Amino acid sequence: MRELRLDKLGAIIAALALGGAFIAPFATFRANRIVAGEVKSVLDALPAGWSAVLLGIVVCAVAVAAVRSPAVLRLVAAFVALATLALGIGVAATHLTPEGNTYARVSPASGFWIMLFAFGLLAADALTRLRPAPFVRVVVLVAVLGFIGILLLSGSWDGLSILKEYASRVDTFWAEARKHVTLALGSLVAATTVGIPLGVLCHRVTRLRDGLLGVLNAIQTIPSIALFGILIAPLGWIAVHVPGAAAVGIRGIGVAPAFVALFLYSLLPVVANTVVGLAGVPRDANDAARGIGMTDWQRLVGIEFPLAFPVILTGIRIVLVQNIGLATIAALIGGGGFGVFVFQGVGQTAMDLVLLGAVPTVVLAFAAAIVLDAVIEMASPNTRQAEAA
Amino acid sequence: MPKLATLIRIAVFLALVAFLLQPHWFEPLLRPLVQDNAPVIYNQGSLLQLTLLHLRTVALAVAAAALVALALAILVTRASGAEFLPLSRSLVNIGQTFPPVAVLALAVPIFGFGEKPTLIALFLYGLLPIFENALTGLTTLPPSVMEAARGAGMTSGQRLLKVELPLAMPVILAGIRLSVVISLATATIGSTVAAKTLGEVIIAGLQSNNLAFVVQGGLIVAILAVLLHDALQAAERRLAARMGR
Amino acid sequence: MIEIENITKRYGESTVVDDVSLTIAPRTVTVVVGTSGSGKTTLLRMVNRLVEPTSGAIRLDGEDNRALPGYELRRRIGYAIQGHGLFPHRTVAENIATVPTLLGWARARIEAKVEELLSLFQLDPASFGPRFPHELSGGQQQRVGVARALAAEPKVLLMDEPFGALDPIIRAKAQDDLLAIQKHFQTTIILVTHDMEEAFHLADRIAVMDKGKVVQYATPAEMLLKPATPFVESLIGAGERPYRLLAIAPVSSAVEPGAAEGAPISSAASQREALAELLWSGRDALPVAGPDGAVIGKVSLEGLAKRAAGPA
Ligand SMILES: Nc1ncnc2c1ncn2[C@@H]1O[C@H](COP(=O)(O)OP(=O)(O)OP(=O)(O)O)[C@@H](O)[C@H]1O
Ligand SMILES: [Mg+2]
Repeated sequence: MRELRLDKLGAIIAALALGGAFIAPFATFRANRIVAGEVKSVLDALPAGWSAVLLGIVVCAVAVAAVRSPAVLRLVAAFVALATLALGIGVAATHLTPEGNTYARVSPASGFWIMLFAFGLLAADALTRLRPAPFVRVVVLVAVLGFIGILLLSGSWDGLSILKEYASRVDTFWAEARKHVTLALGSLVAATTVGIPLGVLCHRVTRLRDGLLGVLNAIQTIPSIALFGILIAPLGWIAVHVPGAAAVGIRGIGVAPAFVALFLYSLLPVVANTVVGLAGVPRDANDAARGIGMTDWQRLVGIEFPLAFPVILTGIRIVLVQNIGLATIAALIGGGGFGVFVFQGVGQTAMDLVLLGAVPTVVLAFAAAIVLDAVIEMASPNTRQAEAA
Repeated sequence: MPKLATLIRIAVFLALVAFLLQPHWFEPLLRPLVQDNAPVIYNQGSLLQLTLLHLRTVALAVAAAALVALALAILVTRASGAEFLPLSRSLVNIGQTFPPVAVLALAVPIFGFGEKPTLIALFLYGLLPIFENALTGLTTLPPSVMEAARGAGMTSGQRLLKVELPLAMPVILAGIRLSVVISLATATIGSTVAAKTLGEVIIAGLQSNNLAFVVQGGLIVAILAVLLHDALQAAERRLAARMGR
Repeated sequence: MIEIENITKRYGESTVVDDVSLTIAPRTVTVVVGTSGSGKTTLLRMVNRLVEPTSGAIRLDGEDNRALPGYELRRRIGYAIQGHGLFPHRTVAENIATVPTLLGWARARIEAKVEELLSLFQLDPASFGPRFPHELSGGQQQRVGVARALAAEPKVLLMDEPFGALDPIIRAKAQDDLLAIQKHFQTTIILVTHDMEEAFHLADRIAVMDKGKVVQYATPAEMLLKPATPFVESLIGAGERPYRLLAIAPVSSAVEPGAAEGAPISSAASQREALAELLWSGRDALPVAGPDGAVIGKVSLEGLAKRAAGPA
């Protein structure tokens, strides 16, 4: 048995987690949606058995974190602690809410968030040390999302305030979710369809490149709410004056200007990365392709494009993550999406409503980033070898 | 040719100043954007004052972000903080997936309405590019130069101040530039939580269906962003050129 | 005097420098050679404590090199490396002034020193001082690197493959400059190289390293005549031995009485140069000119052939 040595990061995690568990409150109880809440410690918020289990597991995980332990063990400890927290907060909600009371609200308090952060940090650190293969990362993501899904479906979180907000707007939630995803993905698809050919064109025609990239760069500096707003006028005009435009959903306000704005923002990363990717194709490869008599078109499809693909994918990843975030702003011009809940919540100072909009947005962006990073890594097989060397 | 570009920038800057000081001079240009007798120039406050407040918010947030990000980057690139280096890279990647709106909205319940949540959101969001670039700058220094600095008998503090930071400065500045541009745009969203920024003009335009407001608010921010971007980039290029890069 | 005593460096399981002892006389040039990975750089870096030894001690003029904090020790020891490591954000003059500035010299003294060194290395101070390193050629950068290492007048200069990146002509010039400057400042130099030609040209003594151990430490002549191991022999190269032997001795030690036809050769040239001239011009003997230019005798093919012969 080797001697136990202190892990610096682990010590910080331990301090955070212990503070979150023993000093900070675990949950907030409010008699109704609007009144100020009273905070409850772990011992008060959970039934006796549960608080013992939760504190026990937190202490064990903290012990694993604080000493130099194998990364796999740290990862397991982090996930077990996180899962316990997730279950625990649901139990607290049921425990604190008086039987049959539909007005009372229970939400996580600072201690919960601090522990979530601490163990999230532990998990991130363990994963960073383990450097799992891209496929494994996606599997971990799916497993975590699956666990959350089960918690949601099983109703163990139903007592939580955020889910009560959800329960009272089930229909709108899914409608806005659909709009959000459609906006983010649809504008991405459109930008990719237009941007990649534009990038190829820029690569071939140098004079075009500087001008076009300059314009796209300038578009990026226009604040999103302004761009959304500016587009209202021309689209409104089109809706009125172009026959059939209104019929396919083009309107001055709503989804159309948001879609066009996201599309415009998306063009720069796609075009720029296509240009960079194509410029990075080794001259030898191109010369060899010419040498064996490939036409320009064959060269583009057979040589340049596959070699530039990972870089183009990186552009697409930037766009997707950025669009998922920006789509929240569409709500300001009636374009819908999760932003609806965020801005409603801000307007009513209802934190739970804000969370109902913000949490899915963050989860979506996060999941998109993990999946696309994995795809990029699989598409460029030599990066991993280079890093390992 | 670069002279012409500089002249254009100066002209744009002067036009911006003129617009902020004497907005009514530009009325005829914006008039076609509004219906009949709606106001053309933002009339619920001074554009100049909002612009200055907008810039102040951005400057405060970016300055704080630069200080903290630089301190953290220095910390994790020292031998004693090396353990934190890989994790801090992952955290930056994770952090960048958080949409600015979400950060802003989540800051409201904690800090209330007004400038504070905006500052916090801009600060947090501004940290990432600066930290990322400072890390890149401080971890990709030419090994032979670092070796020479040690061999010359510099203490670790002297190496940091006299060699590492100056050499990494162009890359760090690039991070600050990114952060400034992002913050300028994101600060407009701050107006949805009652911060005094140019976003107020845009939102007023959206609410009263006044395109002229939206355009003037948006253009001021965009022009500020382009000018600041170019100025910072010029500074970076001069620094980098001195080092022969 | 540098005394290296039973110095050992281990990284985990592997022993990189293994119980090395060397005594280096003041004002001499010691060249360390050996295959890649044999521990030369590590040995050199333990002298100025860029690497801390696992065991053993190093003394400079009798004083243990751990008596001072590492950074103060390094300000007293010159250090020049391959790829020169000039600070790209500082001018040539500022680069050279690095250590004097750290030592807190007065400005006038620093400026005088920078000028002296630039002139010594044949770089015009007015034109080169204010330039940035990237505005210099590779050879000029290398010279500035060495000048920087010498700026604080160190008694000891450590050089790790300082001329590795130079083309052969500039390299030969740099080597001659180095020897002249070593005489001028009376510096003790330890130099690491892969180039045996360079080693024989510069060294008062050569240390051959193999797998962390010093397998022979001797003068160039001793090493040629009595290589300690087959490894040393192969490093010298069997086919090169006679020429190396001639290369390390000056014509002055091979002068015979008598006269010869043709232009004279300087007595300071190496015997190898004399041999080359004899062979090329198809003659049996050359006149030799002393330092004042007067002919002092001749050097003959026959005489050189005897000197190039190994031990019987
Ligand atoms: N910091 C270190 N950690 C672990 N091993 C090291 C370290 N530094 C050097 N080594 C190992 O020590 C051995 C000797 O290295 P050193 O740099 O002294 O060799 P060298 O003789 O200078 O080689 P070269 O001629 O290639 O410069 C090598 O095998 C090297 O990999
Ligand atoms: Mg070496």
